[in-house]
Amino acid sequence: MKLTLRVWRQKNADADGTMSTYEVDGISPDMSFLEMLDTLNEELILRGEDPVAFDHDCREGICGACSLVINGDAHGPERTTTCQLHMRSFKDGDTIDVEPWRASAFPVIKDLVVDRSAFDRIIQAGGYITAPTGAAPEAHATPVPKPDADFAFEHAECIGCGACVAACPNGAAMLFTSAKINHLNVLPQGAPERETRVLDMVERMDEEGFGGCTLAGECATACPKGIPLMSITQMNKEWLRATRRVGKR
Amino acid sequence: MARTVWDSTVGKKTVMAVSGLIMLLYLVVHMIGNLKIFFGAGEFDHYAHWLRTVGEPFMHYEWTLWLVRVVLVAAVVAHAVSAYQLSRRDIRARPSKYVHKKPRASYATRTMRWGGIILGLFIVWHILDLTTGTVHPGFRPGHPYQNVVDTFSTWYGNVIYIVAMLALGLHVRHGFWSAAQTLGVGSRRRDRALKTVADVLALLLTAGFIAVPVGVMTGVVS
Ligand code: HEM
Ligand code: SF4
Ligand code: FES
Repeated sequence: MKLTLRVWRQKNADADGTMSTYEVDGISPDMSFLEMLDTLNEELILRGEDPVAFDHDCREGICGACSLVINGDAHGPERTTTCQLHMRSFKDGDTIDVEPWRASAFPVIKDLVVDRSAFDRIIQAGGYITAPTGAAPEAHATPVPKPDADFAFEHAECIGCGACVAACPNGAAMLFTSAKINHLNVLPQGAPERETRVLDMVERMDEEGFGGCTLAGECATACPKGIPLMSITQMNKEWLRATRRVGKR
Repeated sequence: MARTVWDSTVGKKTVMAVSGLIMLLYLVVHMIGNLKIFFGAGEFDHYAHWLRTVGEPFMHYEWTLWLVRVVLVAAVVAHAVSAYQLSRRDIRARPSKYVHKKPRASYATRTMRWGGIILGLFIVWHILDLTTGTVHPGFRPGHPYQNVVDTFSTWYGNVIYIVAMLALGLHVRHGFWSAAQTLGVGSRRRDRALKTVADVLALLLTAGFIAVPVGVMTGVVS
């Protein structure tokens, strides 16, 4: 396959960026999108140019490191991560636009790499349980009803990639934050911090400069892990409950 | 607790949902009341007078009406201020646009913002037109039937009113469902029902309100 790429190039956080055009040839439809970018970078290095910086780690769809807005879609046209997107989703001769996640809470560091540490700080605000570490506890010591376990697992699937923020017209982090809150709040292990978790994580999310939810639904469409829009409804419910309870104390 | 609510995006959205639902409830009652215009000047003007005597003898003349007005003004102000602050925040959170544009990305958000601005302007005009009569040439206090017929005998009266009611329908359609999510009462099981109620409410409100100018234009009401 022969492709034309228009890629966002930006030297550093303070520099202005632009879209630069590159031609790549000899792309196999079985390559992943990241392997296609590797091919481009090898050529750029041989030519003595600066390779395109992009994030990646596991390349198997589980770590959440890869990103990229491809032709206007976070993680591209398929519902998966960019590392699991294959070039067969494109046609020979296509022009493909590649841009970084856009949100003021995710500033660009270089080219396609953005700083997602705002997510880490939301997690630090309450995305944990208080439990002694050491040997794993006996699995049946704390019974969890099956529907609750399923609900927790569905939300635990969030890999923290940030596609929800990139896709949201308001740069909101509600889907990510709700997934992390719901995952722990439904479980008995998460019960001691049920109220403080939701209040502190939502507060941190606001402080990081993410936008608010207008229920446009773009986040859930973009999410590679299928976190549903209703997660946000559930988070709102938890937040209102916690606000009432803490207000009474 | 009030501070927590007002300082949080989730809390401010709750203020929008509650104030929106208060206005929505009022509008349903208002729309039904307006339909009395189809039963003649006597019944309509009598209904308008009754609005001032509701609650007597416990309430004094016009007390109930003023109570409703105060609640409504509070709701409109709370709603508009939260909408403004949240929208500013949302725009700041996403300053640089994507080069590759996708038109559908913010359809609901944009119609809510534009629709809201249209509704805000409409509310001001509507009060100056039919409550105070400030912008209504030949306004006669105590004769609402005649005033309504006058307004809808002008082309601009009809245009402003019908555009605003279409904006209202769109606003309620996304807004009612949206408020359910904000208040945490939505769920996958209830989603279809909530969307249907939102559609029916939007359609009934828009059709019910627009029936009045259409009635005047077609000569059914004169
Ligand atoms: C002063 C004029 C108005 C303005 C400026 C306005 C603006 C807005 C905006 C921008 C939103 C979306 C906010 C967001 O999603 O973050 C919204 C939501 C909403 N509006 Fe309005 N609106 C107005 C009048 C009304 C009226 C008359 C009603 C009554 C039917 C109403 C009912 C609602 C409801 C129920 C919501 C959903 C709240 C939620 O998502 O929780 N609005 N409004
Ligand atoms: S909710 Fe989905 S899109 Fe958002 S960070 Fe988690 S996995 Fe990524
Ligand atoms: S590189 Fe780990 S999810 Fe894509």
